Amino acid sequence: MHMSDALLSPTVGGALWAGTIGTIVYCARKLKEKMDEKMIPLMGVLGAFIFAGQMINFTIPGTGSSGHIGGGMLLAILLGPYSAFLVIASVLMVQALFFADGGLLALGANIWNLGIYPCFIAYPLIYRTIVRQKISPRRITIATILSVVIGLQLGALSVVLETKMSGITELPLSTFLLLMQPIHLAIGLIEGFATAGIVIYVRTLRPDIVEDLEGVKALSSSGSLKKVLVVMAVLAVITGSAFSWFASTYPDGLEWSIEKIYGKPEISEKENPIKKSLSKLQEKTAVLPDYSFPSKGEEEAKPSWPAVDPGTSFAGFIGGIMVLVLIFIFGIGIKYIRKHKEKT
Amino acid sequence: MSHHIVELKNVKFHYPDGTEALKGISFRILHGESVGITGANGAGKTTILLNLNGHLLPTDGEISIGEIPLTKKTRQEIRKKVGFVFQRPDDQLFMPTVYEDVAFGPINLGLTEEKVDERVKNALNMVGCLHLMSRPPHRLSEGQKRAVAIATVMAINPDILIMDEPASNLDPRSRRQLINLLKSFKHTKIIASHDLDLILDICERCIIIKDGKVVADGPSEEVLSNETLLEENNLELPLSRNHPRLYMRS
Amino acid sequence: MTFDSEYFNLGYLDTLSYKDTFVHRLDPRVKLFVSFIFILFVVSFPKYELSGLMPFFIYPVFLLTAGDIPLKAIVKKVLFVSPFAIFIGIFNPLIDTNVIIKLFGVPVTGGWVSFFSIIVKFILTVSTALLLIAVTSFPGICEALERLKLPKIFVVQLLFLYRYLFVLFEETLRMVRAREARSFGKKGKEMKTFIRLVSVLLIKSVERAERIYQAMLSRGFRGEIKVLKIHSLRLQDVLFAIFSVIIFYAFRNFDIVSLIGETLRSFFR
Repeated sequence: MHMSDALLSPTVGGALWAGTIGTIVYCARKLKEKMDEKMIPLMGVLGAFIFAGQMINFTIPGTGSSGHIGGGMLLAILLGPYSAFLVIASVLMVQALFFADGGLLALGANIWNLGIYPCFIAYPLIYRTIVRQKISPRRITIATILSVVIGLQLGALSVVLETKMSGITELPLSTFLLLMQPIHLAIGLIEGFATAGIVIYVRTLRPDIVEDLEGVKALSSSGSLKKVLVVMAVLAVITGSAFSWFASTYPDGLEWSIEKIYGKPEISEKENPIKKSLSKLQEKTAVLPDYSFPSKGEEEAKPSWPAVDPGTSFAGFIGGIMVLVLIFIFGIGIKYIRKHKEKT
Repeated sequence: MSHHIVELKNVKFHYPDGTEALKGISFRILHGESVGITGANGAGKTTILLNLNGHLLPTDGEISIGEIPLTKKTRQEIRKKVGFVFQRPDDQLFMPTVYEDVAFGPINLGLTEEKVDERVKNALNMVGCLHLMSRPPHRLSEGQKRAVAIATVMAINPDILIMDEPASNLDPRSRRQLINLLKSFKHTKIIASHDLDLILDICERCIIIKDGKVVADGPSEEVLSNETLLEENNLELPLSRNHPRLYMRS
Repeated sequence: MTFDSEYFNLGYLDTLSYKDTFVHRLDPRVKLFVSFIFILFVVSFPKYELSGLMPFFIYPVFLLTAGDIPLKAIVKKVLFVSPFAIFIGIFNPLIDTNVIIKLFGVPVTGGWVSFFSIIVKFILTVSTALLLIAVTSFPGICEALERLKLPKIFVVQLLFLYRYLFVLFEETLRMVRAREARSFGKKGKEMKTFIRLVSVLLIKSVERAERIYQAMLSRGFRGEIKVLKIHSLRLQDVLFAIFSVIIFYAFRNFDIVSLIGETLRSFFR
């Protein structure tokens, strides 16, 4: 599922963009060292292929509704983690720009959610481990389905966490999870099965595509373990700082969600020492300068549950409509100027 | 310039899976000659062309271009003198704009920015596509793509032009324009095609390949009027041979 | 969206992006930068802010009108992708039922205010993303990314993707039509056929990439691809950037809207 700008806060969006760009740079560096130059057109063409492939529908057995594949894991299997991550990033970028799928700020989060888990967790830890010793249709199927399912679960979980941490939606954490995870489990099983089918079939016609194409194969087990630890650490830092910001600026909100989940209002006392250390952590790790812009030019009026300071007063309402009218006139004016210029 | 002789000596080629595509091809093309290569589907035409540009290397026999034997080491040098136009222009135009596609070759030759610009504009002018300079390739018609594909190789200033089915998918007008364009080039031309009228129009010499071997090599007029020979190779008399009065060549 | 309309949509925005207007001629780095800052500002509003968002419409409206982009196309696309935001956002009014304001005597809950805030933010950000590509062209964006120091190999394969997107779409379209023509109902869309179709498309794509690579080699490719840089920063680009950021900052930090509202109210008293 793609995140949307409107549900994201600048901190969370910015943090994930930082993570994504860091990963892109890392992958590019890795590829520069070892890549066969043949890969360059191949990456682009396969990106276009995934795009086009997502347009082909199939009926989901048992439901009668149609679905399509995402392709992240397929790319990881064919190209290896580094190339695949770049291709996934590219596909999402084209989708964000041309199809308004997600948004420019959310793009960083989407690339992370749909790229990191298949490429750097599912592929090295699950797929390669199962397939490395012996490659056979059965192993491919198991490895692929597991990888896709886990990759999507982690991705869906990230979406939930990112949305909650942005604090825009009222949807309670538990409900959100209950919606997202099972759906993506089902999607994962189907996509995993389809992906496995494709890999197996392609392997019968052109085994070299499945087995030799990876420009840079994942490193040996010690290498990939280190990589995974690095990734997890990065993840932890990002989620940690975002989470701690959330906790310290919306202390009541956090209690409120916890209350909803556990139904115990007394938790707030336990939170205090945690809250203190979390806000300390947030101060130290705050990367984005000036996140909070004062909205009325005076003190920082941050809404806290349940007492709310609305950013919309009656004057605001009238003024808002007036502003829209002014902008509309402005637009007409520009159109007129342009037409006038064209005539001369 | 007169040294650029293309010579194949008993060239054999088989694919990794064992299929024997060429079973001993020999011919010699002199500077400035226009030679058509034709034959049934699967006879080996494209394989010969790919061997000529070093994309495939003969498994036996020898190819020399301009008296330089074609090997893995020499092929990049040789390609500087050979303009290879692929069968599908979409494979040949891979940059975001026409300008960049035509500039690709000259840039790789190491020319200065001004020189590159000169080459690009000359080449595009030659094929009548200067106005398409900033277009992305996916916004061109088939005929325009073909023309631009030719420009991409002309910008290298090759001595030898090799083309694989240059006029396929073109409407008659674009085809006629292409034929006229090719006739105006003084380069050595090697053209693989099923369009026998095109070969008759542009090439004074024609080679027929059958099952990986040369079965005819002579003046196009002669080779392409031999009905039996043509039919043995899944070909027919060119239309202009069938109705000489209707299809007068200029 | 069906296949055909997806392809058409892609081509439509792409065609628009090659127009020649003042906005199209602006340096792509500036457009990318300003659009991104715009989104950051919009998204930074707290959840109950609604009227403060209104002035921000000036940016997409400007891009639309000065860039000669048809309104209908953008509106259609925004509507098409809105269900997700609506679906998530609709929980707000259901859960948050504290009344925070009375408009013309009608009580409005915080939930509804935050819901509309989400919707407005959504419209602003989505339309800006679409307008960005509509006035910049994809190679323009890639040029901007490369100049912003993103790794070259990433940019180059982005350009390849873009180049072959349409080609692959058409190829896929042909295969899908062929499947349609002989499916006579639902049978054609089974998993098995799907796997076959996609696998064949995959192999064709790999073979195409191999041919492209050969074409590159035949023109002397030795590992480096130069990305053409057509744009250089002009005074108008810099001015546009500075001006935009100042305006956004002003809109975000000064309550112009209430000011206007109060002024209007005093007029009518």
